[in-house]
Amino acid sequence: MSASILTVDDSASIRMTIKLALTDAGYSVAEAENGAAGIDTANAGNFDLIITDLNMPVMDGLTMIEELRKLPAHAGVPIIFLTTESDEGMKQRAKAAGATGWLTKPFNPEQLVRIAKKVLGR
Amino acid sequence: MSMDPIETFRLEADDLLDQIEQGLLDLTHRLGDMDLVNAVFRALHTLKGSGAMFGFDALAAFTHHCETAFDRVRKGEVPATAELVSAVLSARDHMRALVEDDVTQAHLEAGEVLLETLRAAIEHAGGGAPEATPAAAAASAERAAEPASAGNGWRLWFRLPANAMSNGTNPMALLAELCELGDASVTADLSHVPPLETLVPSELHLAWHVTVKTDQPKSAIEDVFIFVMDDMELTIEALDGESASVPEEKEEADAMPVAEAAPKSAAAAPLSDVSSGDGRQAKSAENVRVPAERLDELMDRVGELVIAQSRLSQIAATSVELHLRSVSEEIERLSGELRDTMMVLRMVPVSTLFGRFRRLVHDLARETGKAIELVTDGESTEVDKTVIERLADPLVHLVRNSIDHGLELPGDREAAGKPRTGQVKLSARQAGGEVIIKITDDGRGIDREKVRAKAEASGLIEPGQQVSESELLQFIFHPGFSTAQKVTNLSGRGVGMDVVKRTIESLRGTIDMVSKPGEGSEISLRIPLTVAIIDGLLVRVGEGRYVIPLAAVEECIELSLEDDLRSRGRSFISLRDKLVPFLRLRDLFGTGTKPDPHQKIVVISTGSERVGLVVDQIIGDHQTVIKSMSKLHANVATFSGATILGDGTVALILDVAHLVAAGQQQEAQLRAAG
Repeated sequence: MSASILTVDDSASIRMTIKLALTDAGYSVAEAENGAAGIDTANAGNFDLIITDLNMPVMDGLTMIEELRKLPAHAGVPIIFLTTESDEGMKQRAKAAGATGWLTKPFNPEQLVRIAKKVLGR
Repeated sequence: MSMDPIETFRLEADDLLDQIEQGLLDLTHRLGDMDLVNAVFRALHTLKGSGAMFGFDALAAFTHHCETAFDRVRKGEVPATAELVSAVLSARDHMRALVEDDVTQAHLEAGEVLLETLRAAIEHAGGGAPEATPAAAAASAERAAEPASAGNGWRLWFRLPANAMSNGTNPMALLAELCELGDASVTADLSHVPPLETLVPSELHLAWHVTVKTDQPKSAIEDVFIFVMDDMELTIEALDGESASVPEEKEEADAMPVAEAAPKSAAAAPLSDVSSGDGRQAKSAENVRVPAERLDELMDRVGELVIAQSRLSQIAATSVELHLRSVSEEIERLSGELRDTMMVLRMVPVSTLFGRFRRLVHDLARETGKAIELVTDGESTEVDKTVIERLADPLVHLVRNSIDHGLELPGDREAAGKPRTGQVKLSARQAGGEVIIKITDDGRGIDREKVRAKAEASGLIEPGQQVSESELLQFIFHPGFSTAQKVTNLSGRGVGMDVVKRTIESLRGTIDMVSKPGEGSEISLRIPLTVAIIDGLLVRVGEGRYVIPLAAVEECIELSLEDDLRSRGRSFISLRDKLVPFLRLRDLFGTGTKPDPHQKIVVISTGSERVGLVVDQIIGDHQTVIKSMSKLHANVATFSGATILGDGTVALILDVAHLVAAGQQQEAQLRAAG
């Protein structure tokens, strides 16, 4: 069974890019457009990996990561956040909130799939 | 939904740019509002990030500078000043160009000028020059320390922080990754595992010794641990015995400082503030974006369905087959519902139209030196998107006019005993099948003497001729009619009020004006909510069939043979003690047929003016799918479009505004003739 991945981003174009890349690599992908929707979707499904933006309306990625980590069901699920090169401080805060790793924007589909494989351990 | 990420990005960028503009305009009034600062920062940040993703490098690089500026404001290093906000506002227009166009050298040069203005604004705000380059240099410096080549492989020992697994790090995945680098052996190091009674099962206390035979460089090993590098203990030695440096080794105590330095509540605070203050974004997240042309296509299909359905109804009506009739009725009901649903889909709130005026007013206030407040009302009123699009230009012209001709300079206003700040009000409300949009200003009002003088000069009226107030104001809408003494930068750009009026009429709307000297003017636009499908009254004139928009129909009365004969030459009927002029469509269209013995008069109106249309027969109401006329017939004034009837024939749609005007003209001529 292929791993299922949840992508959380307020930008439909980024979600689309992530979904296309990961679907091509054989994963099944669900989408949510902000942190709050991300938590709802995560609770409704059984995801092996969550890829999230940090900067989102309604609920940002940091808060979502913290909230998810409070829930036993998502305690050990890898969470990758998207960041920009200049966001070193944010990287530290996201890791403190419980993120597993990060992917630097801009990224290409190969980088994305490599990171997914890396944290999923194949 | 389009599956092209770049197109989707462009749509998103439009949204973000609008958010940025709105935020900046709000900021000009509330410079200290950190919620707004955060909202603008967030939008700039997203625009930069997504722009870089989809190859809009120039956009990303340019936006980066604005983002940096706002980041500094956000952190309290630089205050938000009017100059800074204005600089970013100009920069935002440049971003729009970078999203839409191919980037040219001219763009890049213009961008440099804008950035120079931005730098100056930050400096004046007391922030010094912004940092010149992003942190990319730091990242490449890290990589530079990489050793050139490797020997036989690497021997390493590593220990992850105790909470690694609850943060989603999978030690098995890391080991598997190491094993992929080459021939590897793994041994667990149990020395840190606590006794069973104090062991917390969710914590990780194992460490590992791994030997990898590989020609990969040391950086490849480090890359495996990239996400946990800062928090873990790691030693790496070259296998050939040559001892490699172990820069990554850290004490357990050092492994956790990140968590301590950033308490969770503080970390989350600034971003959640942005979202809590902004309900609009929460709302938009529930929407699905569809390209406008898809909606137009769907509308066309629904229109064709309605036409096909009316054919079916016609066949069914003459059939004795009961099943056919019941199916036909079912389809009639469904297609009606489908049409209504489709109409709702095409509706967009007027706020999308009004929103752009804040910028216009802001700019005009600067240009004219007038103090202007824009008040909007009824922004949630929904109108067909085609109507919205076509209303944009006329409204811009009307608002410009109000500001340019209507509002006085602050000094003059004070002298007249009015507040210094002039008010322009845009309001919208729905009334039946129409939307009423009003543009109101509290300026000096229309100078009737000037209008009168101009009307006399251009021969519209005889000197000294009596004209009513409303007739006088209607002259403003005549082609080439402008009372402005000089052509200013704002109005008088050749697009006259006549163009505004024509556009409104092409939407089957009307325009009216009231003005009180010294108190201001009010322009009202009444426009049908939709232009795609209307309820029409199908009538027959001679052999031909025509559609009269039902919204304009006031009543239908019979024109008896006697009345017809009596009114020959003087086409008036008395309608409840009021004389209403009428037009014989049979004469107007030159049908050459005999009048039906039971002719009808359909009384139509545009607001205050009424006129009767004599037709041979009223067939009934008709769902009218409007098709535009070919370019050849576009300037036939009597008709505003055409529609296809159930039997496949074409019926022309009468242009109510034009016919009313023609009727009034005929009345005036008859009156003049005595």
